[in-house]
Amino acid sequence: MDSFTLLAHGFAVAFEPFNLLYALIGVTLGTAVGVLPGIGPALTVALLLPVTYKLDPAGSLIMFAGIYYGGMYGGSTTSILLNTPGESASIVTALEGNKMARAGRGGPALATAAIGSFVAGVIATMALALIAPAIVRFALSFGSAEYFALMMLAFMTVSAAFGDSTLRGLTALFIGLALGLIGADGLSGQVRLGFGIPDLTDGIEITTLAVALFAIGETLSVAASKSLGEDKIEPVKGSVWMNREDWSRSWKPWIRGTFIGFPIGAMPAGGAEIGTFLSYSVEKQLSKKPEEFGHGAIEGVAGPEAANNASAAGTLVPLLTLGLPTSATAAIMLAGFQQFGLQPGPLLFATNPQLVWGLIASLLVANFMLLVLNLPLVGLWVRLLSIPRHWLYAGILVFATLGTIGANPSTFELGMLLLFGLLGYFLRRFGYPIAPVVVGLILGPMAEIHFRRALQISQGDLTVLVSSPISVILLLLAVCAVVVPLVMRARGKGKVLAALAANED
Amino acid sequence: MTHQTQAPEARRPDRAALAIAVAIAIVAAIITYSTATATGGSATRIGPSVFPYTIAGGLFILAVWTAFEAVRGDFPEREEQQVGPVIWIVAGLVAQMLLLHITGFAIATGLLFAATARGFGKGPLWMTVPLGIILSFIIWVIFAKGLQLSLPAGPLERLI
Repeated sequence: MDSFTLLAHGFAVAFEPFNLLYALIGVTLGTAVGVLPGIGPALTVALLLPVTYKLDPAGSLIMFAGIYYGGMYGGSTTSILLNTPGESASIVTALEGNKMARAGRGGPALATAAIGSFVAGVIATMALALIAPAIVRFALSFGSAEYFALMMLAFMTVSAAFGDSTLRGLTALFIGLALGLIGADGLSGQVRLGFGIPDLTDGIEITTLAVALFAIGETLSVAASKSLGEDKIEPVKGSVWMNREDWSRSWKPWIRGTFIGFPIGAMPAGGAEIGTFLSYSVEKQLSKKPEEFGHGAIEGVAGPEAANNASAAGTLVPLLTLGLPTSATAAIMLAGFQQFGLQPGPLLFATNPQLVWGLIASLLVANFMLLVLNLPLVGLWVRLLSIPRHWLYAGILVFATLGTIGANPSTFELGMLLLFGLLGYFLRRFGYPIAPVVVGLILGPMAEIHFRRALQISQGDLTVLVSSPISVILLLLAVCAVVVPLVMRARGKGKVLAALAANED
Repeated sequence: MTHQTQAPEARRPDRAALAIAVAIAIVAAIITYSTATATGGSATRIGPSVFPYTIAGGLFILAVWTAFEAVRGDFPEREEQQVGPVIWIVAGLVAQMLLLHITGFAIATGLLFAATARGFGKGPLWMTVPLGIILSFIIWVIFAKGLQLSLPAGPLERLI
């Protein structure tokens, strides 16, 4: 069956009344939480995961898809109307969008962001549907050695390639890998690093770690910061609609942004940031009015925002087809699958096509809902933005602990939450990235299983890891991902990489 | 890591970063020791100790590298921190953790809410504590009754 037939089946699932309702709840909650300042998409999905606990797998994943896209939309509203962007991927949007809002053009900025996100979301999701079956066919030939190489590449791009320090990126990754060791070993059943504590046998819960690092770590570091400047919210004056000139200046950046963002998201290179920065510089160069850049150019909102959303859809390509999370958000989504015993990857397309294609179709549905919801409700989102900081963070901590208690109401689990929250604070304080810890925790045990399986089949012969051209290429790319940035930093070009750093996503 | 003096000037050993290097080395040592003394599990060709040793080895290298950068003063400058708010928030989390199964979700979480608000400078507690408890109670009703999450009940929750 070709993609379109499968997608049509997916729509049959997505259009079931309850699934439509789940998608609607998902996008609404996702936008509402994503709008809150300081909450990026990773934290949005981690905080809202418990809401989906009691649903069936399809309904839960559909709601999750809505939350994911909603969180992305919400973040752009925040960065346009507030000076501090809520998510790293929207920083570029903030550059131009916030300037537009200050000039009283907040409405058109929000509109071009929303419509651009919609256009990008639709095209990128269609692209996902088109290329997923091809990648799945290709991936079915992958053995454990290829998967192991792929994971090595993901490790290195997530931790070492971007950010301002190879050392701190790798350290964060190894903290995640070390935490991933805790608990019963997947192959032999031996409990490692259990220290005789029964609660540790099942290992570290990924949602506990993610919520602690992002929510509690962030709260502590904001509270401890002395420079508590008040953020200024720009009121939305005038019409939210775009005029003819806005349209004619926006549509090309939307399309270009989409085609820049999607492939970057789809590669195991981590994060939506790179695509937004690329799109921004492309638009700056192509613009007929380059002098407007830095003072509120609409192209500078339209392009990066489209790239942002396209790469969010792109991230789902490795996640769904290979089971490979390349960002913290994707790692938490993988945890969302695993709570139902589902392992994303080529096999899921064969064993559970209804679920996968229902999810992809729901992404399109969610996109449409967001377009309809977002612009008319802008007033409501603005009001969410003006929640005072003390109530905001108090509420964030209540919901952060609620999720942990809902999953496992034990004092021990809350203790872990506190411990990892302090870890998150110290990581931030000393400039360590957070995403590699989360990705390391979830991918580490998977990489180990593939490594040991490959060696079991080869009777302990290590050359099995480099016996196929695919694994050799992937491993070489992984080495490059560490070495090239090291050389660039040594030559004083580290600033470029730091600018592309993933803070949160 | 409670090192709270002025941010170190460049090219001076960063004591906090050195402490991190030591901490990483300790973690590596713990993993090595725990793996060396581990027993149990079924036999496999590539045993369950290969990855722990590899990761511990990686951590040792990173510890040395961190120490090296600490001595060179390569760590980014840090702004000064206020300790008070952190203590308030951590105290709130500890209170919730210890009281959860005694007083139930609403009271324990209400205290966390009030302590966090206090950490951000919002008081007084006689107002924020009841507010937090009411809010947490509403959340308990929605999630425990509506979505059937198992949130511990206490005296307040048993009223309904």
